[in-house]
Amino acid sequence: MDSDSLATLSLVAVYSAIAVYVLAFIAFVLDLSARSAQAQRLDSERAARAADAVGADAHSGQLAKAGAAVRGAAAGATAATAAVLERASGAGRGADDDDEVNIGSRWQRTGLALTIIAWLIHAAAIVLRGLAAGRVPWANMFEFAMTGTGIMVTVFLAVQLWRDLRFLGAYVTGIVALLLGLATVNFYVAVTPLPPPLQSAWLVIHVFVATLGTGFFAVGAGLSIMQLLQVKREEGGAKRIPFLRTLPSSEALESMAYRVLVVGFAFWTFTLIAGAIWAERAWGRYWGWDTKEVWTFVIWVVFAGYIHARATKGWRGSRAAYLAIIGFAAVLFNFTIVNLFFKGLHSYSGLDTGM
Amino acid sequence: MTRDETAAAAAAKPAKAAKPAKPAKAAKPAGRSSGDPLRPADYIGSDEEAPAKPARTARADTAGADDAPTAAKLNPLEWVRFFWRQLTSMRTALVLLLLLALAAVPGSLVPQRSADPNGVIQYQQQNPELSKVLDALQVFDTYTSFWFSAIYLLLFVSLIGCIIPRTTHHLKALRTKPPTTPARLSRLAAHLQTTADATPETAIDEAAKLLKRQGYRVERYDRRGRVSVSAERGYLRETGNLVFHTGLLLILLLVAVGGGFIYTGEKLLVQGQSFTNTLSSYDTWSPGRFFDESQLNPYSLRLDGFDDKYSVDKLTGVSHPEDYTAKVSTRSLDGTWTKQEIKVNEPLAVGGTQVYLLGNGYAPVLKVTDADGNVVFDDAVPFRSQDSNLKGLGVLKVPDGLKKQAGFIGFFYPTPVETTTGGFESVYPGTSSSSLVSLQMYVGDLGLDTGAPVNAYDLDLDKLTQVAGRDSDTDTLQMRLGEKATLPEGLGTIEFTGIKRYIGVSIHHDPVQGYVLALAVISILGLLISLFIPRRRVWVAATTGEDGGAVLEYAALARGDDPRLDDAVLDIEKQLAKRLRARAREAGDGAAS
Repeated sequence: MDSDSLATLSLVAVYSAIAVYVLAFIAFVLDLSARSAQAQRLDSERAARAADAVGADAHSGQLAKAGAAVRGAAAGATAATAAVLERASGAGRGADDDDEVNIGSRWQRTGLALTIIAWLIHAAAIVLRGLAAGRVPWANMFEFAMTGTGIMVTVFLAVQLWRDLRFLGAYVTGIVALLLGLATVNFYVAVTPLPPPLQSAWLVIHVFVATLGTGFFAVGAGLSIMQLLQVKREEGGAKRIPFLRTLPSSEALESMAYRVLVVGFAFWTFTLIAGAIWAERAWGRYWGWDTKEVWTFVIWVVFAGYIHARATKGWRGSRAAYLAIIGFAAVLFNFTIVNLFFKGLHSYSGLDTGM
Repeated sequence: MTRDETAAAAAAKPAKAAKPAKPAKAAKPAGRSSGDPLRPADYIGSDEEAPAKPARTARADTAGADDAPTAAKLNPLEWVRFFWRQLTSMRTALVLLLLLALAAVPGSLVPQRSADPNGVIQYQQQNPELSKVLDALQVFDTYTSFWFSAIYLLLFVSLIGCIIPRTTHHLKALRTKPPTTPARLSRLAAHLQTTADATPETAIDEAAKLLKRQGYRVERYDRRGRVSVSAERGYLRETGNLVFHTGLLLILLLVAVGGGFIYTGEKLLVQGQSFTNTLSSYDTWSPGRFFDESQLNPYSLRLDGFDDKYSVDKLTGVSHPEDYTAKVSTRSLDGTWTKQEIKVNEPLAVGGTQVYLLGNGYAPVLKVTDADGNVVFDDAVPFRSQDSNLKGLGVLKVPDGLKKQAGFIGFFYPTPVETTTGGFESVYPGTSSSSLVSLQMYVGDLGLDTGAPVNAYDLDLDKLTQVAGRDSDTDTLQMRLGEKATLPEGLGTIEFTGIKRYIGVSIHHDPVQGYVLALAVISILGLLISLFIPRRRVWVAATTGEDGGAVLEYAALARGDDPRLDDAVLDIEKQLAKRLRARAREAGDGAAS
């Protein structure tokens, strides 16, 4: 098959993937609304259970409040295997261990299945585009959006193996469908050969790692948003979003967000350094405060601030979460507004043929 | 959120803010005296002070009150100490970090003199009033402005104030044994109790061996009735952290000091021409503060040829560059020419400098002859590329030879197509016999006689009169390759005899960038270690139970973020149980045989 028909096939796959992402999004939204209904039922059940559990364990009230997972047998047992791990497991063991936390409806299975299908089509689109171009499929803005959102979904799906984060499904599929749709409609360009400035191994490394970092930031920011909402609920607010009741505690969400964001930060740091090395090769200076460099730096500093906030009294918790969200907003700003409207050396959107 | 609101929000839940410090409180009775007294007081890991002073976490800006109940009692030294503590607190460092991010933004919104000087001039012409304000605030030089510098200098002072005490503390901690086992392990964060069919001594011996194998530093604390092992691991976490922050500091120092030895220059090089690395040869030149002309290594560089390759989009007809290769020869002082290549991503290293390929275009060869047929000019004139199809803008000055001083300015079209307005555009970057030079001609004073430096690529029209072109009676001079045009006023002729290539190169000498890279790599490694290696303490204590077996207690304490603490304790419990069973089996076998 020649390059043109491969590219056309890739475009068809992109549109199909968008359609399936939208379906997945709908399923995840239905899940959230089903969770809301479930939450009310759980609340009444829990009240009943709490009555039974009185006096069983001095810590249980405290632990339940912290969204803790109590594993092993109850306290006071003398059996050789009796083990009590009396700690609020900050990471939250997820739905598997604690039947009170993070129970979705059958819609979330549908949502995840649809996401996986969309992801497979999406991956096919990326591979076809790469074959059509005979190079890595991230050399202009459309391709970067296509691959970047693909990586975002990959990170989201991979994280499911670690923790059940399907409650973020609506957020992730929503963002991906939107970004991919906008990029395809507005920024689509035909396959072009790699311009000499991009002919470098660093294109493969620098840009790919940047998209990986973006994927982790997206998932982390989603967790931080949920964390902020959960804090509100735990303080007695957010009555209109009952599905929060079925999500992990704000502390568990914060801990998960931190672990995801830290990985993103490591990738972003690497992006920064790799970009500097490439800039030295291509432009003859490793740092020149080009607009893209400025924003990469700003994002890096914001997430560095996030990590420090997590270690600063009075900043851990909601303030840190705001920083994470601001950081991801800056990532999106960097990708969209900066690429399109800011003048700089990173003008590889492929949209301005005069360049 | 305003500051007051956030402070109020923080005050609303002091319990939560103080929570992470809870485990430390439990550790205190264990007689852990080393602590982190030299850490900033608001660092979450600095456990000692926090529970005692929850007010500090609740109110954002009253931390100093602890040191000085009333300001009047402070003597100057105490004031210095007070400000030092403020500056080196986590909160200040965090605010400075966020300010740094914020302060970097204007530099991306407004063109910067360092990166885009022409953009600055254009911006100032478009926004004259705003520009005055921005200029006063040094926004056109954001990254060297007083405010940006102030933020990062304060940040680095704060960093030094953090690194030094932490380093001394860490060096001490590296030589300190793990702390005594707390009396009441059940008060610790991760706690586990089991029994084992072994003597307490055996169990703890095995536990110590196991922990040692898992990379813990272990210490036995045996008291009557209770034997225990205290273990700590993850010292590398703090080491990595210190390496990372020290690395950042050194990078800044290196860039600040080493930047003085850098020099950069640009040169436009026409095919066949050679360039010698001396100060006067450069078109533009920017040396660092400590630059000395003796630093220049006198080598020569000659452009032999230039290859480019394009592909044309079948649908749009737009051409895309696929490759640029400049074929050059270099010669050091010993005098032999060596053939080499420069590509966009493959700079040429020569004579301690790096030569980068920045641009390329065409240099038509123009021959000017006076009325008597004497050649007064015959050379390649670079026409600087204006677009992706290499339409070039060029200037030719002929001060001597003709009856009058003459200046030409105009365009070169590699593949010309006439537009509807009667002008031309280039539609493809390749040349052919139809390539076109179109020149307007001026006569008068070129301004070359005053001795003042003049831009070779610009024509000063002040004292010149157009004699060929739109504003004159004679048409613009247009020549296809090989054609000749007659100059007006009987001045002679001009002929377009050939086409050569030119390249724009940027030449850099940066003696420190290798060190910067090395430091950056070391810093990243430090960062990864500090983010992903957990630091934790683990204790295993054993007493004799009612049935004669050992009652084992496990406890662990995270120092810094450690989401896998519980798993680690469970794992130790499992492994130890396995070891004890194996040991019991061996003992049983031994007894049987």
